Amino acid sequence: MATKPSPAMRRYLIRLTTCMTLYVVLLFAVTSLFRHAPPTGALAWGAAVLPALPILGTFWTIFRLLEEETDEYIRHMLVRQSLFATAFCLSIMTVWEFLQNYEVLPPGNGGFGAAFFWFTGLGIGGMVNALATRGDCADDDEEAAE
Amino acid sequence: MNNRLRVLRAEHGWSQQDLADRLGVSRQSVNAIEKGRYDPSLPLAFTIADLFGLPIEAIFLREETPE
Repeated sequence: MATKPSPAMRRYLIRLTTCMTLYVVLLFAVTSLFRHAPPTGALAWGAAVLPALPILGTFWTIFRLLEEETDEYIRHMLVRQSLFATAFCLSIMTVWEFLQNYEVLPPGNGGFGAAFFWFTGLGIGGMVNALATRGDCADDDEEAAE
Repeated sequence: MNNRLRVLRAEHGWSQQDLADRLGVSRQSVNAIEKGRYDPSLPLAFTIADLFGLPIEAIFLREETPE
C-alpha cells in the first residue's frame, strides 16, 4: 500500500526538485559560458561556483527534512540512510586518494566528486531501508486477509 | 525491548493504521515498534501508554537477561 508522504517529506520533495532544476539550468549555462566566452579573474571564480550552489542547497534540504520530520521512526531511518551515504562516500574517496597518492591512478576525478558518491550512497541507503521495511507491506496483506 | 502493542491493538480491534492515526505517527512506526525493530522514545512510549490507559511497564517489557 502506498503511504502518503508527511508534510515534511512533501516540503523536501519541492525543495529537492527546485534545487535539481536550478542545478541543471546553471550547469548548462556555466558550461556554455566557459566554452564560448571564458570569464577571467573573480568572474571566473564566481561563475565556476554557481553550479555548486544548488548542490549545497540539496544538502540543506536533506538536513531540513531531518529537522522537520515529526515521525521519529522515519527520522531514524533517514539518519541511518544519511550515515550510510557518508560512510559510502568517505570509503570510496579514501581508497581513491591512496590509489592516487601511490600513482596507481592518475590525478583528477573525471567529474565524479564527493557529492556524486554521497548521493549514490544515499540512494543505496534508501534501497537498504526499503528492503528492511519490505515486510511492512506483507503485514498489510496479512491484516487485510484477517 | 519486547512489547504487547500488537496484542493490545488487536484487543481494541484497531489496524496498524488506526493506531498510527491515534498516535500521530506513520504506520511504519507502529509496525517497527510491534516487531521490536525500533524502541520508541520516552515521549512516544508515554503517548502509547496514555492511549491504552496502562502504565508503560504494562506495555513495554524488559528483555530477559541471563543471570
